[in-house]
Amino acid sequence: MEWLEEFKKDFYLNFIKDDRWKYIANGLGTTIKITVIAILIGLVIGITTAVIRATYAKEHTTKYGSFGQRIYQYVLSLLNFISHVYITVIRGTPTVIQLLIIYFVVFASVAVDKTFAAIIAFSINTGAYISEIVRGGIMSVDNGQFEAGRSLGFGYIRTMIYIVMPQAFKNVLPALGNEFIVLLKETSISGYIALEDLTKGADIIRSRTYDPYFPLLGAALIYLLIVSILSLGVNKLERRLRQSER
Amino acid sequence: MSDKTVNESDVIISVKNVTKEFKNVKALDNVSNDIRKGEVVAIIGPSGSGKSTFLRCLNLLEVPTSGNIYFEGKDITDPKQNINLLRQKMGMVFQQFNLFPHMTVLKNLTLAPMKLQKKPAEQAKEEAMALLKRVGLAEKAEAYPNQLSGGQKQRIAIVRALCMKPDVMLFDEPTSALDPEMVGEVLEVMKGLAEENMTMAVVTHEMGFAREVATRVVFMENGKILEENDPASFFGSPQSPRLNAFLNKVL
Repeated sequence: MEWLEEFKKDFYLNFIKDDRWKYIANGLGTTIKITVIAILIGLVIGITTAVIRATYAKEHTTKYGSFGQRIYQYVLSLLNFISHVYITVIRGTPTVIQLLIIYFVVFASVAVDKTFAAIIAFSINTGAYISEIVRGGIMSVDNGQFEAGRSLGFGYIRTMIYIVMPQAFKNVLPALGNEFIVLLKETSISGYIALEDLTKGADIIRSRTYDPYFPLLGAALIYLLIVSILSLGVNKLERRLRQSER
Repeated sequence: MSDKTVNESDVIISVKNVTKEFKNVKALDNVSNDIRKGEVVAIIGPSGSGKSTFLRCLNLLEVPTSGNIYFEGKDITDPKQNINLLRQKMGMVFQQFNLFPHMTVLKNLTLAPMKLQKKPAEQAKEEAMALLKRVGLAEKAEAYPNQLSGGQKQRIAIVRALCMKPDVMLFDEPTSALDPEMVGEVLEVMKGLAEENMTMAVVTHEMGFAREVATRVVFMENGKILEENDPASFFGSPQSPRLNAFLNKVL
């Protein structure tokens, strides 16, 4: 029974004394806030750039009919170029560097909330990965689906919305869920800009109590728990969307 | 060509000097042809002859390299024309059916009428169900495409095109992907359409269908129309030796 007494004592020291559990609770709140908002903004960025790149791959031509088509082709090429550079740069540099650049360079002259800076950095980061996932999804939909939509009289955008995207989304749902999980864990680098997320919160406790075990293992357990719940949710959604295939 | 007295205003699709090149391969080589109201044109030829490309040019799924295509008097190759509007009047049926797998049969049928023609849901559903009944698939309304056989899928694909009330129906090898015992049910539906005077252009390998149902048969080779005639003369007394050789092989 000695170890139980020890456990109780350490638990009290790390989580109860001086309200230290608040570091964990507030940190967890920050982590979840950053992750959820970043994934939403990232979806918008990712889907937009993915559609641009897929459209470019499908529609790009150097033969122009009218003036309007010429403008359309130029704008499409430009947007494609921007998307391409964005994805290359984000995927080619470490997330920590991106976070530091956003906070210390981009927002150097304006005092912004650290949480806000982190949300911006992680949105931009995850957007690039989501873009490649979604683009793969669009490419995976058979071109016949696209032609069927067009032959009925739907324009490009409406064919995308009604016919291609729902199928693309279903195909990439596992990969999107995975990206959500990766992002959640990646926010643990927020401590680099002294933002108190779950990881940082746990580390602060460690530095106060000189006990590395409880706070760090506790934080790890919480990450694991959230990831498990997320996986469960994604699996459920996947199964529901697959119903049409049986 | 079967009826020279037909009024010029009966021409519904007019193809003028159309050439289509894919990376230096001429899929269509200066093709001209008119399709008149009520005609059932069967387009046959060896693979690679350009017959599918010809059909796909008619609703601009392939954009011709040069030449013009007029549909109901409007030049569809002119970028100023609203091709989406014109396509609503040209139904298309594909070899691979291309039903939307994420929607029920009924949603497949009502999507375009509701979104494009702004038909109320009830009306679109009623019209779709009436057409489904006609092809004998009313009980499949709530099924998903993957639960259907190839023949059923293709009949539903035909109904999907018909729900837009098109003036012309284009068929791109509609029975080529089907098991042999399912070919009949699809051809039967197409025959029914022909009897109702639907204007049809059909790329096909079904010589029986061409002979019985078509009002005109077109033979293509190397991107050119080599010969065309009414079915009786086309199959009875082919003019060119090339067509003769082709028919000997397939009949």
